[in-house]
Amino acid sequence: MTPNERAELYRRMLTIRRAEERLQKLFADGLVPGFLHLSIGQEAVPVGVSRALTEADTVSSNHRGHGHTLAKGVDLTGFFAEILGKATGLCRGRGGSMHVADLSKGMLGANGIVAAGLPITTGSALAHRMQGKGNIAVVYFGDGALAEGLVHECLNIAKLWSLPILFVCENNGWSEFSPTERQLATSLDKLGKAYGITYREVDGNLVEEVARAAGKLVAGMRKAPAPAILECRTTRVRGHFEGDRQDYRDSDEIAALDARDPIRLCAEALIAAGLDDAVLTAIAAEVEAEIEAATETALAAPLPEAGDILADVYTRAEV
Amino acid sequence: MAETRYIKAVNQALKDAMRDDPTVFLIGEDVGAAGGSFKATRDLLDLYGPERVYDAPIAEAAITGIAVGAALTGMKPVAEIMFMDFITLSMDMLVNQAAKARSMFGGQGSVPMVLRTPHGGGLNAGPQHSQCLEAWLAHVPGLKVVVPSNPADAYSLLRAAIDDPDPVIVVENKALYAMKGEMPETPEKIEIGKARIARAGRDATVVAYGAAVGMAEAAAEVMAAEGVEVEVIDLRSVQPWDEACVLESLSRTHNLVVVHEAVEAFGVGAEIAARMADIGFDELDGPIVRVGAPFAPSPFGKTLEEAYRPNADRIVAALRRTLA
Repeated sequence: MTPNERAELYRRMLTIRRAEERLQKLFADGLVPGFLHLSIGQEAVPVGVSRALTEADTVSSNHRGHGHTLAKGVDLTGFFAEILGKATGLCRGRGGSMHVADLSKGMLGANGIVAAGLPITTGSALAHRMQGKGNIAVVYFGDGALAEGLVHECLNIAKLWSLPILFVCENNGWSEFSPTERQLATSLDKLGKAYGITYREVDGNLVEEVARAAGKLVAGMRKAPAPAILECRTTRVRGHFEGDRQDYRDSDEIAALDARDPIRLCAEALIAAGLDDAVLTAIAAEVEAEIEAATETALAAPLPEAGDILADVYTRAEV
Repeated sequence: MAETRYIKAVNQALKDAMRDDPTVFLIGEDVGAAGGSFKATRDLLDLYGPERVYDAPIAEAAITGIAVGAALTGMKPVAEIMFMDFITLSMDMLVNQAAKARSMFGGQGSVPMVLRTPHGGGLNAGPQHSQCLEAWLAHVPGLKVVVPSNPADAYSLLRAAIDDPDPVIVVENKALYAMKGEMPETPEKIEIGKARIARAGRDATVVAYGAAVGMAEAAAEVMAAEGVEVEVIDLRSVQPWDEACVLESLSRTHNLVVVHEAVEAFGVGAEIAARMADIGFDELDGPIVRVGAPFAPSPFGKTLEEAYRPNADRIVAALRRTLA
C-alpha cells in the first residue's frame, strides 16, 4: 500500500467518525428522528473491506450501518438528509438510519432486523454468480446476530452453492446490552470449520489488516466463486443506541477502548511510517468542511410532503 | 382450446416465463430433481439446468430471503414454499424485507419476486398443511396476492405475477391441482387486481376466490333452479382487489355474500364486507353475509374437515339469509 493509499483509508475512517459525531450532536439537540445506533470505534472494518470492492459489488448491513453505507461510496449530503428524515435523503426520508440504502452504489440497505441481511446478501451473491461478471456480495453483521437461525441457513447454502459472499462479522463483544459469552455457545471460527468455509480473523481496529485480509478473500472469490468469513475483533464505544448509558459495562473496559481507537492507531502507524503530521491535519480539516457542508445542506432541506404517503408502496399505480 | 390440469398450467407458465426471460429462475425445496412436491416444476431442471432451477435445503426463511436479494440484484426469482403453512418461517423476509424495500428505500428499486405456495384443505393434510393464510399477506402494504381458481387463470396469473415489478404471492390450491379446464390457445393477459365475472346474475352477488369460486358456482346452480339468478365474481387477486367490480355488481343485485376457504373471522371477506357496507351502503337490501371456515385450526379427520370447509350448501344458506 502506498502512503497515499494509506492516507486515503485514514480519510475514509475519519469521515465516518466525524459524520457520526455530528449525528450524535444533532440527536442530542433533538434533530434526528427515531433511534440512532452509532458505530464509533468500528470504522476500520467497512473502510478496510470496501477497499476490495467495486461499485457493482453489493453490500448489506444492519442497524449499526452508517459506516458500511458511507464506505460504499454513497453521497454524504444524501446520507445526512436521510438520517434527518428529509425529502432529499437517499431514501426520500422514508428509511432513516436503520433502513438507509443506495441501490445505485450496490448498498442494499441497512436493516432493522438482526441477521436479515444474511439471506438477502446470499441471494445477491447467487445473482452475481448467475450473471457471471465476477461481482461479489458482502454482508456485515455483529456477533449478536450469530444466535439467529438464519446465520446457519445461509452459511449452509452459501457453501453448498459456492456463492461469492463475504460474511463480515464485526465482533464487538456485545449483543445489545449483553456480553457475547452469555449469548453464544460456540464461536464463528468453529461455525466456519463446521461448514467448511474459509475463515479469517483480524484485529478489526487495524484498517490495513482488515484491507489486506478482505482483499485476499475477495480476490479469491472473484476468480472462483466461494464464500468466506472475515471476523473482525472490534470495539463498540457508544451504547447500543444513543441514550443508552451503558451501566452494564465496566468502567475499565470503556477506559481501555481509547488505546484501541482505529483512527488513532491508523494515524500513529502513518506517522511512524514517516507521513508528515501536516498531511493528517489537512485531511482532518477537509473532512470537517465536508461534514459541515453536508449537514448544513441536509438541515436546510425540506421534509417529505405528507401527501406522498402512498407513493412507492408499489411500482405501478393501484388499479 | 385444449384441456389441461391446473398443475400443468402452473408448470407451463413457469416453462414459458423461463423461455421468455433469462433472468427468471426457480428456487425451492425439491423443485429440481424431484420436480416439486406437487410436480409443478416437473422437467424444468432438465430443460433449463441447475443454474436456473435450485433445489434448496429445507430452509424457508433463507429461500425467501435469497429471492429478495436476487431480485434486488437484477434477477426474477420464483420461489416455491411447499405448503402455505410454512410461510410462517418466511414471514420476516416477506413482511419486513420484500414488502417494504421499495417504499423504505424511497422508490429506488423494486423486488420483482414471486412466491408460489399452495393453501387449502380437502386432502386431510391436517392443521399444519391445510391453512389459508392469504389474509395475513393481503394485510401487508407492498405485497400483492393472487389466488387462481382454474387452470387458465393459474397460467395467466402466474405469468402476470412474474412480469410484475413488485413481490407477488401466488396462492395455489392443493385441491384444485388435479382440476381440468380449458386452456385458450393464446392465454389471456390478466391485470393483477381485476376480477372476473364467473357467472352473471341479477338477484345477488357472491364474491369468491380460489376453490370457493367452484363452490359458489354450484350454489348459483341450486338457486337458479328456484329462479334466483346469482352473480359469481372470481376476485382472482385479493391484494389489490377489484372494489369497483364488486360495487358495480352490488349496485345491480343489492345483495352480497362473500366466500372463502380461510377462517371467516378477520379474513379477506371482512375487508370486502366492511368496504361495501361503507361505499355500497345505499345499495344493500340485506345483510352482507360471510361464508368461511369456523374459528378453529383446520382439522385432520374426514368428518371434521368436511364440516370445516365451506361448501355449496352453506353458500345457499347464506344467500337465503341475505335475500330473506
